[in-house]
Amino acid sequence: MTTFTASRRDVLKGGGALIVGFSLGLDSPASAQATGKTVAPDEVDGFLSIDAKGTVTVYSGKVDLGTGVRTGITQIVAEELDVPLSRVHVIEGDTALTPDQGPSYGSLSIQNGGVQIRQAAATARRALLQQAALRLDVPAGDMTLRDGVFRSISGTNKHVSFAELIGDRMFALKVDKEAPAKAPADYQIVGKPIARLDIPDKVTGRFTYVHDVRLPGMLHGRVVRPPAMGASLQSVDEASVKDIPGLVKVVREKSFLGVVAETEWAAIKASRQLQATWSAWDGLPEQAKLWEHVRATRVSKEDVSSNVGDAAAALEQGARRLKATYDFAIHTHGSIGPSCAVAEIRDGKLTCWTASQATHNLRKQLAAMLSMPVEDVRAIYVDGSGCYGRNGHEDAAADAALLARAAGRPVRVQWMREDEHGWDPKGPPTLIDLEAALDGSGNVIAWSSQFFVPEGGAGNVALLPADHAGLPHEIPMAPGNIQGNSALPYTFANIRTALHRLADTPFRPSWIRTPGRMQNTFANEGFVDELAAAAGVDPIEFRLRYLKDPRGVELLERLVTFAKWDAGKGLALASGDVVSGRGVAYVKYELVRTYVAAVADVEVTRKTGDIRVTRFHVVHDCGQIINPESVRQQIEGNIIQTVSRTLKEQVTFDRSRVTSLDWASYPILTFPEVPEIHIDLIDRPNEKPWGAGEPSAAVVSAAIASAVFNASGARLRSVPFTPDKVKAAIQV
Amino acid sequence: MAQSKTLNVNGAPATIRFDDPDMPLLYALRDDLALHGPRFGCGLGQCGACTVHVDGQAVRSCIVAVSAVSEDQKIVTLEGLGTPDKPHPVQQAFIDTHAAQCGYCINGMIMESAAFLASHKRPSEGDIRQALASNLCRCGTHVRIIEAVKRAATSI
Repeated sequence: MTTFTASRRDVLKGGGALIVGFSLGLDSPASAQATGKTVAPDEVDGFLSIDAKGTVTVYSGKVDLGTGVRTGITQIVAEELDVPLSRVHVIEGDTALTPDQGPSYGSLSIQNGGVQIRQAAATARRALLQQAALRLDVPAGDMTLRDGVFRSISGTNKHVSFAELIGDRMFALKVDKEAPAKAPADYQIVGKPIARLDIPDKVTGRFTYVHDVRLPGMLHGRVVRPPAMGASLQSVDEASVKDIPGLVKVVREKSFLGVVAETEWAAIKASRQLQATWSAWDGLPEQAKLWEHVRATRVSKEDVSSNVGDAAAALEQGARRLKATYDFAIHTHGSIGPSCAVAEIRDGKLTCWTASQATHNLRKQLAAMLSMPVEDVRAIYVDGSGCYGRNGHEDAAADAALLARAAGRPVRVQWMREDEHGWDPKGPPTLIDLEAALDGSGNVIAWSSQFFVPEGGAGNVALLPADHAGLPHEIPMAPGNIQGNSALPYTFANIRTALHRLADTPFRPSWIRTPGRMQNTFANEGFVDELAAAAGVDPIEFRLRYLKDPRGVELLERLVTFAKWDAGKGLALASGDVVSGRGVAYVKYELVRTYVAAVADVEVTRKTGDIRVTRFHVVHDCGQIINPESVRQQIEGNIIQTVSRTLKEQVTFDRSRVTSLDWASYPILTFPEVPEIHIDLIDRPNEKPWGAGEPSAAVVSAAIASAVFNASGARLRSVPFTPDKVKAAIQV
Repeated sequence: MAQSKTLNVNGAPATIRFDDPDMPLLYALRDDLALHGPRFGCGLGQCGACTVHVDGQAVRSCIVAVSAVSEDQKIVTLEGLGTPDKPHPVQQAFIDTHAAQCGYCINGMIMESAAFLASHKRPSEGDIRQALASNLCRCGTHVRIIEAVKRAATSI
């Protein structure tokens, strides 16, 4: 029988005070590095507490990056504990209070983080039930639970609340994988389109972003980046900024150069006016020869992601052999709000307010950079502008920490637009060679692909200021798990998919929404479309011939109906100057989870090469849906963002630096260009909840390419699909 | 030289201090007046995140010098447009359609739309898309924003 530990005063001291203090924009909790609250992910107390008023606080290591995760987790806990949504409060990504559940990426926050928290709540519920039965002296089966109150069913009017059972005390329980979670058939909150809890404050200017955090005595900082990526700082003329009122200090550590000032505008002016001499550097490849450069980069490792039969031999035996090369440009995250952080060092301890998607990792990186013990660093998540991966948030945190250390006062750093476009880590260039053979009846007998992608996985991306300041930082590249979806969901007889992992890539790489899976799916599905066309078979029918996964088959069959796909029309080429077409693509994300298939409708102006994506139909199966409205929102967002990336986006650069430093030189999709989006959600309440978001981005580029081919006969194999490439492909 | 100036912000006088008359209005609103609505996005007038109303017109406060706004001009920010308890019809429509993800651009979307709808009573969807053509959103909330503005148009 479970009993609850008496003292939870420390928990409240850390958690309760922080919440109130923060929401009022008050005192910084630098003293709260050690709150006494456990952050162990195997402890119920790691994830949950219930106070004397019955309010449930959830401590989530996964953070809401604007994707609705906060609302989803609130729903999961409210459901499992049978309390109203209004009684659940979520604290996210505070290294002193929340367990390390891994970075908030990969559309894993509900799939992994939410499920972990659900199990903690189920464990708590069972323990509370046992306690209630003991307290009321009734069998556990004779009680109902509603609004956090257990009542005896047999009419004795006995009842006891969560607050009475546990209020302000600890559970002192391990999370039990066997604790029964609520049956989906009994769900009242999960699966419902609950309105996002953050939106009313966001649309009325009451929401606090990291950009809004202000501390007493706080200075504003700006960093002066080198004019060339690898340049080192040779000298600084501090006199060049001495006339700026409010300037407090010029900070220099090796090639890290920054200013701190009493006002934000003074910091901006000083950063622009400061005269410094830098060494020359021109180590970037020539952009016009980027793909030759990638192909010539040293391969450090060969990975084979799938090997079925003997693809090399079978390629020689086909009636027809097809070859194609696909490439996908370097992209920036393009956050609308440049990265920002606030840091304070007090009594030798660092507290950093950050929009990092990985505060636990950032904490370790900051500690390493400053040679501080990890326990003296606290990173606290505060919402930022959407990051879509590892953008500049972590670097801004390190900027703020270095400047705060030098200034001896709290410092807020917000990057300027050119910092964000110029210096966030980039989605690396991806080059893919494909080859396949068809037999005389148009059956695929061999598939072989080679991906030229950087080495490394999903570790920490080195902090830019640590690099510039010559302070400890990671050396290995971390582009994300970009090998995902290099293998195929189709049952061809002979398959070999191999990755040449490159020892280098032109820009510091990181993950940007759907890293690798987007590029790889573009190539795979694009080439499947080429094979279908070569075989003279409708592209959906063609895929179904090689798809044995029943959920995938069901998805594609639903897409045929939902999008009113006309197999006959799918092969007809239109004529005239503005031609329209439809194309399809399919993905099973990482070949182990969420299924998405989409039909894109496009119009192509043959004379100009302009593509207009007019419509997307998407069928989506992520298993159990926690909040269908949030899932739709994430699908819409991923489709639109990827239409933008596919049609328009590429980082431009000269031999020294990024040259696409604003929205004019790095244009993204605008309102007049946004397609209609129609979504068919397959809900499977009795299945696991898989990720929603990233998977739908994976199919966009190939669906558009397929539609452009259908419309114009032009085969697009190079993202972005700029008008010059389209015109060239039409003429071929 | 430090100067001070009293602006009319959200219907009340508000005193700001500045050293440089060229300082953009945005910094006065955010740093002196602690407003959260207008946001820094680009500092170039390209994205719209900083939009406020000056005498009912949507302007980009990141490229308007604080000296260019006179003391009798009425500045309204997202906070002044409506409150969570009593939102402006455009804000209400954004709530009803769940038209925000990270929400960083949403200030601009609402301020631009509110000014647009004040002078365009029955806009078509094409009109709305054109009105927001210079407001950037990266999360891809566009279809909901269009829906929200359509809804708001019927309730204003």
